[in-house]
Amino acid sequence: MYAFAYHRPTSVRQAANLLGKLDEAKIVAGGHTLLPTMKQRLAAPANLVDLNGVNELRGIERSGRSVTIGAMTTHAEVAESADVKAAIPALAELAEMIGDPAVRHRGTIGGSVANNDPAADYPAACLALGATIVTNKRKIAADEYFKGLFETALGDGEIVTKVSFPIPQKAAYMKFRNPASRYALVGVFVAKRAAEIRVAVTGAGQNGVFRWAAAEEALKKRFAAKSLEGLAHPAEGLNGDIHADVTYRAHLIGVMARRAVAAATDRE
Amino acid sequence: MTATGIGASVRRKEDQRFVTGRGHYVDDLTRPGQAYAYFLRSPHAHAVIRAIDTGAARAKPGVLAVLTGEELAADKVGGLICGWMIHSKDGTPMKAGPHPALAQGKVRYVGDHVALVVAESLAEAKDAAEAIQVDYEVLPAVVDAGATQTSGVQIHEVAPDNTVFRWHLGDKSAVDQAFANAKHVTKLDITNNRLVPNAIEPRAAIGEYDPGSDSFTLYTTSQNPHVARLVLSAFIGIAPEHKLRVIAPDVGGGFGSKIFIYAEETVCLWAAKKVGRPVKWTCDRMEAFLCDAHGRDHVTHAEMALGEDGRILALRVSTIANLGAYLSTFASSVPTYLYAPLLSGQYDIPAIYCEVDGVYTNTAPVDAYRGAGRPEATFVVERLVEVAARETGMDPAKFRKRNYIKKFPHQTPVIMTYDAGDYHASLAKALELADYNGFSRRKRESARNGKLRGIGFSSYIEACGIAPSAAVGSLGAGVGLWESAEVRVNPTGSIEILTGSHAHGQGHETTFAQLVSDRLGVSIDTVSVVHGDTDKVQFGMGTYGSRSGAVGMSAIYKAIDKVIAKGKKVAAYVMEASEGDIEFKDGKFSVAGTDKSVGFGDIALQAYIAHKFSGQELEPGLKEGAFYDPTNFTFPAGVHICELELDPDTGIVAIAKWTAVDDFGVLINPMIVEGQVHGGVAQGVGQALHEGAVYDQSGQLVTASYMDYQMPRAIDLPSLTVGMTVTPCPSNPLGVKGCGEAGAIAAPAAVINAITDALGHEDIAMPATPQAVWRAAQKARMPIAAE
Ligand SMILES: Cc1cc2nc3c(=O)[nH]c(=O)nc-3n(C[C@H](O)[C@H](O)[C@H](O)COP(=O)(O)OP(=O)(O)OC[C@H]3O[C@@H](n4cnc5c(N)ncnc54)[C@H](O)[C@@H]3O)c2cc1C
Repeated sequence: MYAFAYHRPTSVRQAANLLGKLDEAKIVAGGHTLLPTMKQRLAAPANLVDLNGVNELRGIERSGRSVTIGAMTTHAEVAESADVKAAIPALAELAEMIGDPAVRHRGTIGGSVANNDPAADYPAACLALGATIVTNKRKIAADEYFKGLFETALGDGEIVTKVSFPIPQKAAYMKFRNPASRYALVGVFVAKRAAEIRVAVTGAGQNGVFRWAAAEEALKKRFAAKSLEGLAHPAEGLNGDIHADVTYRAHLIGVMARRAVAAATDRE
Repeated sequence: MTATGIGASVRRKEDQRFVTGRGHYVDDLTRPGQAYAYFLRSPHAHAVIRAIDTGAARAKPGVLAVLTGEELAADKVGGLICGWMIHSKDGTPMKAGPHPALAQGKVRYVGDHVALVVAESLAEAKDAAEAIQVDYEVLPAVVDAGATQTSGVQIHEVAPDNTVFRWHLGDKSAVDQAFANAKHVTKLDITNNRLVPNAIEPRAAIGEYDPGSDSFTLYTTSQNPHVARLVLSAFIGIAPEHKLRVIAPDVGGGFGSKIFIYAEETVCLWAAKKVGRPVKWTCDRMEAFLCDAHGRDHVTHAEMALGEDGRILALRVSTIANLGAYLSTFASSVPTYLYAPLLSGQYDIPAIYCEVDGVYTNTAPVDAYRGAGRPEATFVVERLVEVAARETGMDPAKFRKRNYIKKFPHQTPVIMTYDAGDYHASLAKALELADYNGFSRRKRESARNGKLRGIGFSSYIEACGIAPSAAVGSLGAGVGLWESAEVRVNPTGSIEILTGSHAHGQGHETTFAQLVSDRLGVSIDTVSVVHGDTDKVQFGMGTYGSRSGAVGMSAIYKAIDKVIAKGKKVAAYVMEASEGDIEFKDGKFSVAGTDKSVGFGDIALQAYIAHKFSGQELEPGLKEGAFYDPTNFTFPAGVHICELELDPDTGIVAIAKWTAVDDFGVLINPMIVEGQVHGGVAQGVGQALHEGAVYDQSGQLVTASYMDYQMPRAIDLPSLTVGMTVTPCPSNPLGVKGCGEAGAIAAPAAVINAITDALGHEDIAMPATPQAVWRAAQKARMPIAAE
């Protein structure tokens, strides 16, 4: 790790000011992505702006139509939240599947969506549920937000303040873990809303999270695992590594999608 | 027997300190004036070093020294050694290339040591390392055992085709003849995957030099501090033995990887004198992946000849063993004498022939790792046996029974004389515990849920307590493999055991005390075990190869014999009886045929105050030592049965049931033994399902962190069913055999035999990851689809 200066604002406005005036400044939230890369000397911000003192970024709110989660809310808080469990159980289950207890008690939803790791879990939920990413400057629809590997629509110094998830009729997340890292090798989030059915795939795409249009189309006819039988995702555009080549990943997308739909329909 | 004696499952004495975080590991130690070391490592698998410019690095803040192979050579520091000489078939000695502790002229694997920076802080040392300019001429690299001999890449000048030795064992013509007469031949191509040891505590060292006494101290994570001192003195030439103290305090796991004398520890010691400050180095996890000696990495073709009724007639095995870029301390012994002599397994096989080529590649050195050679041998034998049974349509349990050795001692065609065992008893017990008869019902249930269920056996044997010294010497070992002990009885009757064994997770502080408790009739609370410091323990050979029970404790046993003999002399004076009439039992010395007796503690006091006898009649004090050299290896054996279910849609394998029935001879502490079985099985399952070091063709280690290298987790294992059978070992006074490696030796074959049983074909290699299993399951489905 290289030396850096540390700042601990207590409001979003202070944080934004610091980010605006400091050179090479970076936000630190849970630190579970940023700190390991700093320790390996792969990242070397001159200034760290710690959001852990900003209380307005914490907490979960449930309204009739949506669940809104503050950026600094940890994965463990989401997993344990009675509101999330009741309104969008699939989201609580997803949070419970992230990493290990230490990761879940430090890592935050804001950090996860800001980082947009192609194998992270939350991006699949955001895209499938049609979430809105709220920043200190604007509101961004999930469809416009995830731009590629570790790339988002966030501008320089822009702070994610919360993520708002519309409550679906049915939803489920199926994760095939990378055997070593336990990130998503393939994660499929399916959500059925009044107007729309969405299938979002994380872990598999060369450009990060994406929607599987053919599956969405097939599920429109009937929201049942059977509707996806025989439907194969093409291998083109997928990621290949020692744990899963493109063929295996493509196959797993199908399996996880069917299992997710089955889980969503079985939930009652 | 006492309540804390042999056979009692007492809680581990050392756990209070370990579980509450009060252990003292090398990294916990801070020496006055300590500076920090950081190694610049090669980013290339194979390259010529044209020049190293350390000027800018030296000028960085906090830097005390930047040292390279040039300074090392100028100071005449010797290279690292391989301590076991292997001769090729043609009688020529193995071709060991130079192994400097800091690269000289060339780097040969990613992670090879190029330069050392010593600085006031670790961060400053790392900053300076980034400023070192190395001019590399990158050369083509080769990483695969099977490809290196014909690759055209030459790693060491002495070995033109990268071949260290072409070794063999056994009677080739007898084997050829048996194959010519065989009714059936089973053939297999086998890969034994490369593993990274991953002890929970990474290696660490503090080198220290005292100019006043012109002596060195090395604090290090070692399984055998005396051997480290011997090698550092006699071969590397850092200091004479009496001017070098090696301390291995609490050590957090080794699995073999901390046996070896590595570059980093050597360089820290040397640098301490140059810099005039204690020099500390702690390995980080990625460095451990790159530079700890790896394990296994064999490519093998094996054939088994069968006669009438499924009798095994002969075995023919040909192996290429990847030894990495340099020969590590015991690298040459692992795929030769620790491997081929185990190829008879538990079976009566008349003829065996094994050829092994040891080869260099541009990868981390490979050396002993939990089991060392025996897991590789067991995998070959138990896969062949299982497949042979399938091919001849026999039940695998019956096939094994038919071929088991029944009479002991048994001389195999590959050196070993098995002294005792009852293989039928272990199998019978395992079949019962595993409910083998109910398997087909469970398989049908799985099928109804779309799952494939399989069952696999591993009837393993291993050789522990590697010894006797004269025998291993004749096979090429550079050292003797006895053990030493000293029993110091204090005037108050408490006892210190000094042992040349070294504990790094095994629980010696408890089991060794249990032996003393049992023999001297005292509580284990009055016994402490001293190890890991060359200034306290005179000499010892350390802990590996499950030798601390059979060899280390036997040395203590012998020393206790001497303590009792001396105690009897003291007791004779104290009770005014003749020495011949003194008996010792249950912690009391008594005069035969009388009710006169004195407790052990009182005799200890009498020995030290020496009021009852003159120094001319008897020396005061109660302290005895012994060196123990066994008469044979010990031969733990047993049967492990793995039952698993695999999901053909995802390739995920879930182990449903694990049955382990082991014969470790006499058990000192059954709870600790069971713990060793658990750990061993976990590591063996890790090898079979999860672990595998992967280098890409340019020689980069793809699996250099836990992001890509999967260790077994609790969730990957079921609760184990552990049973024991006991045939006491005849070659040591305790009847113990050794239990530390059995699980890791037995498990891989059991898992793969179960997976192939579930799949219905043999085409899967370790590690059987979900991807590999899925692919193999696709293949298994094909004939069904064609129907
Ligand atoms: C061992 C391990 C296992 C893991 N397993 C998983 C897993 O299975 N699934 C998974 O999805 N993730 C996993 N993670 C990642 C984990 O969830 C991280 O916590 C998460 O990706 C980042 O969140 P953080 O709060 O730690 O962010 P940080 O590490 O603090 O920050 C990450 C990045 O986001 C930026 N950032 C943080 N907060 C904000 C904000 N509010 N606005 C704008 N930018 C911001 C930072 O500047 C930085 O660039 C794992 C991590 C570890 C260490």
